[in-house]
Amino acid sequence: MSLLDYFRTSKASSASLAKERLQILVAHERSSRNQPSYLPQLQKELLEVIRKYVNVEQDAISVNFEQNDTQETLELNIVLPEHQTKIS
Amino acid sequence: MARIIVVTSGKGGVGKTTTSAAIAMGLAKKGHKTAVIDFDVGLRNLDLIMGCERRVVYDFVNVINGEATLNQALIRDKTCNQLYILPASQTRDKDALSQEGVGKILDELKKDFKYIVCDSPAGIEKGAHLAMYFADDAFIVTNPEVSSVRDSDRMLGILSSKSRRAEQNDEPIKEYLLLTRYSPERVKLGEMLSVDDVQEILSLHLLGVIPESKSVLNASNSGTPVILDEKSDAGQAYADVIARYLGEDRPHRFIDEKKGLFGKLFGGK
Repeated sequence: MSLLDYFRTSKASSASLAKERLQILVAHERSSRNQPSYLPQLQKELLEVIRKYVNVEQDAISVNFEQNDTQETLELNIVLPEHQTKIS
Repeated sequence: MARIIVVTSGKGGVGKTTTSAAIAMGLAKKGHKTAVIDFDVGLRNLDLIMGCERRVVYDFVNVINGEATLNQALIRDKTCNQLYILPASQTRDKDALSQEGVGKILDELKKDFKYIVCDSPAGIEKGAHLAMYFADDAFIVTNPEVSSVRDSDRMLGILSSKSRRAEQNDEPIKEYLLLTRYSPERVKLGEMLSVDDVQEILSLHLLGVIPESKSVLNASNSGTPVILDEKSDAGQAYADVIARYLGEDRPHRFIDEKKGLFGKLFGGK
C-alpha cells in the first residue's frame, strides 16, 4: 500500500454513504411501486370506519402491501390511543 | 425490422441529448439508416448539438398536425447521409404531442429506417412519456450521483408499467445502462459511486461508461456529435457503446483512472 492510499482510506468515503442511502431508498420505492392503486382509498375508508368507534389520529393506521413469489400480504396496523377500551 | 430506442433518465442534465446525438451518429456511421427525434417540445436542443439549427424549417409538431410531410421536416445530417434529424417544435407547448400522432409518425419512419432514436425530455411528463411509450430498447443515462440514480430507477418503473409493450403484455423493453460523466479518479478517492455500485442498485445491463470529458463541451460548442471526435475518450466510449449494442463483445474502458506521473510515482500496484 502506498503512502497515498493510507491517506485515502483514513477518510470516511462519501460514496459508500451514497450507496447505502440509495439502496434503502430504492428498495422502499420499488416496494411501494407495486402496490395496488386502491390502497390509499382503502386506507381512508378504513380510517373512517374505525373512527366511528374509536377516536384515533389520522396517522394511526398504516396499510402495507407486500408481494413475494407465492403470495401477496396486506398488513393492516392500527395504533389505538391509550386510556381507551380496545376493540375486540 | 426497425427498432425504436429511447434515451431517457428522468433527471435533467445527465447527458441525454449528447447521448442521443452520439448513438444516432454511431449507428448511422455503421451504415444503418437512422432517425433521431427530439421530444423536448418547447425546449429543443438536439438541433444545436447536431449542428443543424439553421436548417430547421418544419418540426415534429408540424408533421403531427399535417402542416408538413415527414420528408419536409426530416433534416439530413451534413456529414452522414444515413442520418436524419426530426427537430422538436420550439414554440408550441408540450401538449402539442399526442399518442396517436407520435405513433403514426413512428410507424411511417419504421418503413424506411433501421433505427429510430427518441431523445426524451427530462421529467416524467407527457413528452417523456411519449418518448418511451413506443420503445423497443431503452438507454438509461445515469450519472454516478444519488439523485440521478434514484430518478433512473423511477424511470425503470415507468418503462415496465406504462409503455406500450407493458400495456400489451409484449416482451418488455430491453433496458441498458449508460453511466455518463464518470470520473475514475474521484471513484478511487471514494467521492463518487463506482460502476459496480450503480449496477448493484439498478441491476441493469451495462452498455458503457462515458468518462467526464472536455471533449463533450467542445463537441457541443461546434455542433458535432462527440462520437465523431475519434481521438477523445468520450468519443471512443460512445463508439464502444454502439459496437456492444450491435452485438460485439468489447471490454469496458475508462473505468480505471489514468495514471499521471504523480500516480505512477505514488500510486502503488
